[in-house]
Amino acid sequence: MPKIATREAYGEALAELGEEIKDIVVLDADLSKSTKTSVFAKKFPERFFNMGIAEQNLMGTAAGLATCGKIPFASTFAIFATGRAFEQIRNSICYPNLNVKIAATHAGITVGEDGATHQSIEDIALMRALPNMTVINPADATETKKAVRAAAQMKGPVYLRLGRHPVETIFGEGYEFKPGKGVILREGRDVAIIATGVMVAEALKAAEILEKDGINAMVVNIHTIKPIDEEVILKAAECGAIVTAEEHSIIGGLGSAVAEVLSEKKPVPIKRIGIKDVFGMSGKPEELMKAYGLAAEDIAEAARTLIISKP
Amino acid sequence: MPVSKEKLEELTKAARRVRRHIIEMTAEAGSGHPGGSLSCADILVALYFHEMKIDPKNPNWPDRDRFVLSKGHAAPTLYAVLAEKGYFPKEELKTLRKINSILQGHPDMKKTPGVDMTTGSLGQGLSAANGMALAGKLDGKSYRVYVLLGDGELEEGQVWEAAMAAAHYKLDNLTAFVDHNGLQIDGPINQVMSPEIIQDKFRAFGWHVIDVDGHDFEDILQAIEEAKSTKGRPTVIVARTVKGKGVPYMENQVDWHGKAPSREQAEEALKALEG
Ligand SMILES: Cc1ncc(C[n+]2csc(CCOP(=O)(O)OP(=O)(O)O)c2C)c(N)n1
Ligand SMILES: [Mg+2]
Repeated sequence: MPKIATREAYGEALAELGEEIKDIVVLDADLSKSTKTSVFAKKFPERFFNMGIAEQNLMGTAAGLATCGKIPFASTFAIFATGRAFEQIRNSICYPNLNVKIAATHAGITVGEDGATHQSIEDIALMRALPNMTVINPADATETKKAVRAAAQMKGPVYLRLGRHPVETIFGEGYEFKPGKGVILREGRDVAIIATGVMVAEALKAAEILEKDGINAMVVNIHTIKPIDEEVILKAAECGAIVTAEEHSIIGGLGSAVAEVLSEKKPVPIKRIGIKDVFGMSGKPEELMKAYGLAAEDIAEAARTLIISKP
Repeated sequence: MPVSKEKLEELTKAARRVRRHIIEMTAEAGSGHPGGSLSCADILVALYFHEMKIDPKNPNWPDRDRFVLSKGHAAPTLYAVLAEKGYFPKEELKTLRKINSILQGHPDMKKTPGVDMTTGSLGQGLSAANGMALAGKLDGKSYRVYVLLGDGELEEGQVWEAAMAAAHYKLDNLTAFVDHNGLQIDGPINQVMSPEIIQDKFRAFGWHVIDVDGHDFEDILQAIEEAKSTKGRPTVIVARTVKGKGVPYMENQVDWHGKAPSREQAEEALKALEG
């Protein structure tokens, strides 16, 4: 399957949906070529608003449009969407529960060469903490397209976390996407790897590595981090050991969300793969994934150590 | 279009009732912001009692004019005006800031009928108003959008992002008011962080600017007419006001920004607002 960036899929999906859903309007902050909202802008110039380099006003304007029945998709880089405009998202969008979709691209360290200032590794934590917000982190192009459609069709604020770097397409067209429902991609019994976003592909690779060691790993894709699918997590916990994997800080993201469920409902040993409370740096995406311990081998190694400590 | 004597009389009376509500509400709540609520009372009365196309029985009417209270701490004024217009019973005013009330400390569009936008965090309202005005243009609707900002609020960077955008998108269906009372919390705006010269700043951002006496209905209504006939750019009405207006011991007193009058103080204020 070809490698496609989730932002590319977003751009295409949005332009497609724009045809069907006339209430969709799109706002960007001088990054439409990068976020791929330019595809929509070209097709529907009257429904596209470039707000300039002014993210706080972008979120507030999206909120105002939503009060009048529009379905605004607000796009910029994840770091600016969720960082610069956090309080606008909180007070002008989430508190009044307005129908704004924040589709932020360039999330995570796979932004690459731009370095730490542009690598958003706290956005899931920030968005997950907000009442009314749905947080979705698609794994590939197929899932992104389905998630964009689902986001447009559901009521209320949604945070869509998208990447810059091309990633393998794991899912075929027949793949079924249900917001809030985790997907068991591979059954297993020794350990469960729960992954989100670009880490889903790494988790599948890790399971293959473990297979060679005679370890049978379950792989779960959690595309919707909020509301989280407790049922699938508890099912995974039956393996007796869980590794979480995300391209995000280990603080506040998927690992934390899974740990919250487990510690209250079914405590089992857990290891969190993610960025270990440090900032990123410049480099090629693949180099950075290795440097920060996010490669398939890192997941596999975490699974091996964890299995030893299984009660 | 000159305003009739009767109309002026009606507005003056309504404003007095609204000011009395503000005093009663904040005294009953034991907290709140009387100073900035009193300074903008006449502007809200002019809008809701004369200008705005609204239907209190149908608060979400899609074609209604919109109002965003960007300086959300003046919520008592908005609630008093909405109650007077019949959006909800006046008895509700007593519940301001109390547990389970529809009248939150700052405006909440999901809890209070007639509130068009949730506000309270300063600097965000103009952006939301821009969004409403853009939606109106997109849908070919003729409704107008009004927004009220504090003069201290103008220190927020987002206001100027939004000011730039409103001019860029030629939002002539949008009118902003600045409640220019010269005071914020820590003191006079010119000592804390001067946003002056406000008129020049908005002009430089591409806005049509009108100066008015914010306590003179003729002045305010005339400015609104001028804003409506101004095409191709948004209008800002800079309203010279007195913080605490109508209650002598509160007027121009920075201390009355964010504290409620005691029962005795309230009685004295209500006496001053009689007639
Ligand atoms: C973002 C934000 N910062 C601080 C505050 C706290 N605050 C409430 S009112 C106020 C002063 C506002 O002054 P001004 O805009 O002049 O209002 P007015 O004089 O009309 O009451 C401040 C700092 C707030 N509500 N929002
Ligand atoms: Mg002031």
